[in-house]
Amino acid sequence: METNEKLRGADIFVRSLIDEGVTHLFGYPGGAVLHIYDALYKQQEINHILVRHEQGATHAADGYARATGKPGVVLVTSGPGVTNAITGIATAYMDSIPLVVFSGQVITSMIGNDAFQEVDAIGISRPCVKHNFLVKDVKDLASTIKKAFYVAMSGRPGPVLVDIPKDVTADMCDYSYPKDIEMRSYRPVTKGHPGQIKRAIKMLMSAKKPMVYTGGGVILSDAHEELTFMTQKLGYPITNTLMGLGGYPATDKQFLGMLGMHGTYEANMAMHHCDVLLAIGARFDDRVTGDLEKFCPYARIIHIDVDPASIAKNVPVDIPIVGDVKSVLSDINKSLESQLHKIDKEAIALWWNQIHEWQKMDCLRFDRQSEKIKPQHVIETLYNLTNGDAYVTSDVGQHQMWAAQFYKFNKPRRWINSGGLGTMGFGLPAAMGVKVAHPDDTVVCISGEASLVMCIQELSTCLQYGLPVKIILLNNRYMGMVRQWQEFFYDKRYSHSYMDALPDFTKLAESFGHVGLRVEKSSDVKGALEEGLAMTDRLVLMNFITDQTENVYPMIAAGKGQHEMHLTPERELA
Amino acid sequence: MRHILSLLVENEAGALSRISGLFSARAFNIESLTVAPTEDESLSRMTIVTTGSDQIIEQITKQLNKLVDVIKVIDLNERNYIERELLLIKLDSTKIGTPQLESIVSEFKGVVIDDSDNTITIELINTGEVLDSFIDKLEKDWIFEVVRTGVSGIALGASVIKY
Ligand SMILES: Cc1ncc(C[n+]2csc(CCOP(=O)(O)OP(=O)(O)O)c2C)c(N)n1
Repeated sequence: METNEKLRGADIFVRSLIDEGVTHLFGYPGGAVLHIYDALYKQQEINHILVRHEQGATHAADGYARATGKPGVVLVTSGPGVTNAITGIATAYMDSIPLVVFSGQVITSMIGNDAFQEVDAIGISRPCVKHNFLVKDVKDLASTIKKAFYVAMSGRPGPVLVDIPKDVTADMCDYSYPKDIEMRSYRPVTKGHPGQIKRAIKMLMSAKKPMVYTGGGVILSDAHEELTFMTQKLGYPITNTLMGLGGYPATDKQFLGMLGMHGTYEANMAMHHCDVLLAIGARFDDRVTGDLEKFCPYARIIHIDVDPASIAKNVPVDIPIVGDVKSVLSDINKSLESQLHKIDKEAIALWWNQIHEWQKMDCLRFDRQSEKIKPQHVIETLYNLTNGDAYVTSDVGQHQMWAAQFYKFNKPRRWINSGGLGTMGFGLPAAMGVKVAHPDDTVVCISGEASLVMCIQELSTCLQYGLPVKIILLNNRYMGMVRQWQEFFYDKRYSHSYMDALPDFTKLAESFGHVGLRVEKSSDVKGALEEGLAMTDRLVLMNFITDQTENVYPMIAAGKGQHEMHLTPERELA
Repeated sequence: MRHILSLLVENEAGALSRISGLFSARAFNIESLTVAPTEDESLSRMTIVTTGSDQIIEQITKQLNKLVDVIKVIDLNERNYIERELLLIKLDSTKIGTPQLESIVSEFKGVVIDDSDNTITIELINTGEVLDSFIDKLEKDWIFEVVRTGVSGIALGASVIKY
């Protein structure tokens, strides 16, 4: 930390990022940020990655943040630069991902005058950021940057936007980057209440049909080890939300798979029938609960979350524990051992018997004899070939659900998808951000042909910065998830869900300087994946022409309870 | 049920829009909102009148607390409190007999603050309900203009809401 050195605003910006420990910046230049770009040109510490669309910058930074636990940092210009970034900011907001987004703004004296490339960035972003700041004076620049990172990373993380007028980046001021920051109006609780923790343990010991249900909060607070330790000590069944996958090893025998709309039969049935539910870093999203009236009718509920507003928002809770998941779980673990003898072993054994019955349903079964490529088969093969160790991003649709169902995540931060907002176009730029963070790891983007083209321009960025991600395109020539709903709920009226006039994806990849593969036969799936994965220094777009009629099962239709799943048509539940 | 929430917030440009934006974005009711700086210029005190079930009021309180600009949120309904609202009302003096008006105004302990150009303007401070019943006592065609501030509230006795 330097003190009392007069610097220009733009240099203060760059120095602040360096002092904050930022190494990568995803951005796109424009008039309002030209001073900053000039300052970036003169330094070596920060690697700037020039994206091809500001949405790509936010998703890439988001992928980077999800894969590392570090904040993702974005720089965009005023006006269209920041409006383009909004989708990515909202995506990060819904999944509580720490981003710090810097937007240029017109000069202070012009604000409000409808100046060229002026938008009210603070106003537009307000509903989809954790907080935002307008820096009106260069004297406040460094401390505001410090605050932005602090707010983004602490408590329930989230995106923070800092709007910087161009004149602020030209003004001079003494530079010193604050070491700590105190905000009287912002003091997130981290430690769980000991009395509540005691009561929770007591309730857990009293359970006859317990269930552990965990979400993205476990990943965000890096609590996978504490969670795994506790769950294995307890010997209770566990399920993860879409956002929580990888928080508990998916290949472990206590793991019942994902729950919710496309969750497994056993996970959803166990939720419905459990008598004590331990919810950890999950927010009872409607895609998880189904009809709230029918949700967990027999359960007493313990809920651990860092955000008090997430507790009892949708579902009443018996024992709320506000605190950082990692800290609360380690507190639980400290007192657990001495209590374990109180567990009703007989009841738990009966409960497992019941669960094993449900598991026999084999709810994720699919046709393995088909000559047409089954998307599930592609993902299962990918899982096997990568030893479950790849970083997997996805877009939004059927392919996303199959990825979540068939790729078994044993480690946290490996599964990267837009769960809350469901943003098509997320997958490719997010994979790019992950690859920036983990250049030596296999990074795969599982996508659909409709989603992929939404941010296809980022293929250029991947070439420029040597980011050889692997794109697994499950190409069903439909907006598959839309088609599925139209098949089920609109009498097969496939209104505008057909992807006509698709590009030749092989040529498309090649035209961007990458490799494209087209795969049409089921028997070629493994070979193609091996070939694509082996080209470690090339971006390979593997275009799998899949069975167009395949649907995602199980499925809980809107308004149904968790126990009212649809399985594949030939074995629909009574 | 009707609740009066008393907030201490940073006296910053964006705070009001964050708070009002929260109410509209989450479809919470807002009956009135008043705000002004406190004796400490860096802090504003805000009084929000809202309605909702206990569960909704709990959510409102939690969501308000979550806003980075909000320092404290108190539900005055959980304490003994008093609420007041200011009414300024301009009447057509050509339509009202002086004694008639005087008796209504003194009954409600109002104050005539202007009497000119055939208008009479009265100031009245009380609860919203009393203001309503005052207005009800007046004939519709006497009234030129009604201006109300919305509710301010404060806890009684030793209970002090301070940063
Ligand atoms: C930006 C955006 N627009 C629209 C949607 C609605 N939507 C959800 S899934 C989907 C279809 C996705 O199709 P595709 O990417 O081909 O994946 P598939 O379902 O076929 O696997 C659509 C349009 C969305 N999630 N995001």
